[in-house]
Amino acid sequence: MMKKYGPALLIVLLLFGLWELAARLVNLSFIFPSPSGVAVRFWELRETLFLEHLPSTLSIILIGLAISIVLGVALAVWMAASETAERAFYPIVISSQMIPTIALAPIFILFFGYGIWSKVVVTVLITFFPITVNTFDGLKSSSKELRELMLTMGGTKKDIFFKVQVPSAKPHFYSGLKVAVTLSVIGAAIGEWLGAQAGLGYFSRRMMTQFDGAAVFAPVVLLSIVGIVLFVLVKLLEKRSMKWRKNE
Amino acid sequence: MRKPVLEFRDVSFSYGGKKPILDQLNMTVYDREFVTIIGASGSGKSTLFRLITGLEQEETGAVWLNGEQFKSRHGRTGYMPQQDLLMPWRTVLENASVPLELAGVSKREAAKRIIPLLDEFGLEGSADKYPSELSGGMRQRVSFLRSVLTGSNILLLDEPFSALDAITRLSMQEWLLDQWEQREKTILFITHDVNEALFLSDRIFIFRDTPVRTLEEVAVPLSRPRSQRDLNDPAVIKLKNDLIDQLRNEVKKP
Repeated sequence: MMKKYGPALLIVLLLFGLWELAARLVNLSFIFPSPSGVAVRFWELRETLFLEHLPSTLSIILIGLAISIVLGVALAVWMAASETAERAFYPIVISSQMIPTIALAPIFILFFGYGIWSKVVVTVLITFFPITVNTFDGLKSSSKELRELMLTMGGTKKDIFFKVQVPSAKPHFYSGLKVAVTLSVIGAAIGEWLGAQAGLGYFSRRMMTQFDGAAVFAPVVLLSIVGIVLFVLVKLLEKRSMKWRKNE
Repeated sequence: MRKPVLEFRDVSFSYGGKKPILDQLNMTVYDREFVTIIGASGSGKSTLFRLITGLEQEETGAVWLNGEQFKSRHGRTGYMPQQDLLMPWRTVLENASVPLELAGVSKREAAKRIIPLLDEFGLEGSADKYPSELSGGMRQRVSFLRSVLTGSNILLLDEPFSALDAITRLSMQEWLLDQWEQREKTILFITHDVNEALFLSDRIFIFRDTPVRTLEEVAVPLSRPRSQRDLNDPAVIKLKNDLIDQLRNEVKKP
């Protein structure tokens, strides 16, 4: 463990050390707080952060991800099953990525108001793409020879889908999900910047207006932790559902 | 005379009407025969299997299996492809049970039928292993077990041993003959190894130029059971040299 992650850990510690040093030299804690200052503020704000703002942001992330997974997988399956659907939707899904979704976020606030749903929509929009495209590519990646072998054994289209295509798509689905999980944190935070009554992104921005540098960083730290925890959870899920991969 | 289990009657086939592969081909394989098909690559050997399994449809003529003509031949033959095509996410047991699953056999019933077979296939203790944990020879045995479990009396083996090292290959050939005799199957076997063809088969079909119109056919003058040493028989050596010459001439032709 130490051998594997040691060098990365060392670099991070070094960077934090430099940051701490620089912050103390500059001594403008309201815009450039030191890591130790952020840590202290984090501790002071723990109740506000964990009880008031974290639940709000976490529900946006989880609802957004859930919607993305359901819609993304459904669309991927549809596109994999029907060539017409593929021709109709695939180019749209790809080119939708040219639209800067984040720039559209203010409009969603206008449409859906300051409640949770405008943020959920932003999150869905940016997490939908990696899930859909990866799952679709995964479904398409199954070996043609294996599908033909299933036919020679009397397999139906349904058999081939469930016994060949779905298992082939799993690793791709999980890579998509890992990207989506990190993006979902960004989506939720940005959504909250633009207008919310609670949430880590909202809180961070409010503290900016109060020139409380350390309190701007504290929720960001928590957001990063949320991202990391979600990522690790997906990784564990992936390992559990694909035991055969440990041998590869 | 044994009864024919596989017949081609005036079968013509081409890919998309362009490249004719078979032209009014007639061919008969009899019950419990071991027939090897030999020929240079691109001579239409694999296409023959695709036709028999029903992955391709004949343009004219008819393919008969066990005295019947089927609308769809899917699920009527046991096909063992060149690469083992085991599913990496399934264990040995789960891979072997695919044809039973497709036939609607329950998981428990499938396991009950497969586990005793694992010993006979040299796979004892490997039921819960994944393909990535197996050697090449073992993977081929799982693949062969899977094709046997289709329950079909006709097994189509497409260069199954081509990826194995020479020693493993020899023992797999002997093992295959054992299995063939025990299980009373008819085997069609594609190879481009003349020694392998001579050792295994009753008859050898030679695929020459496409489109294939007639099959050159050679009966192997060896009784059974055989050992690898029987290949040193002068008659067999002569036959082997003739076959090699024939195949070589095909390759040389412009």
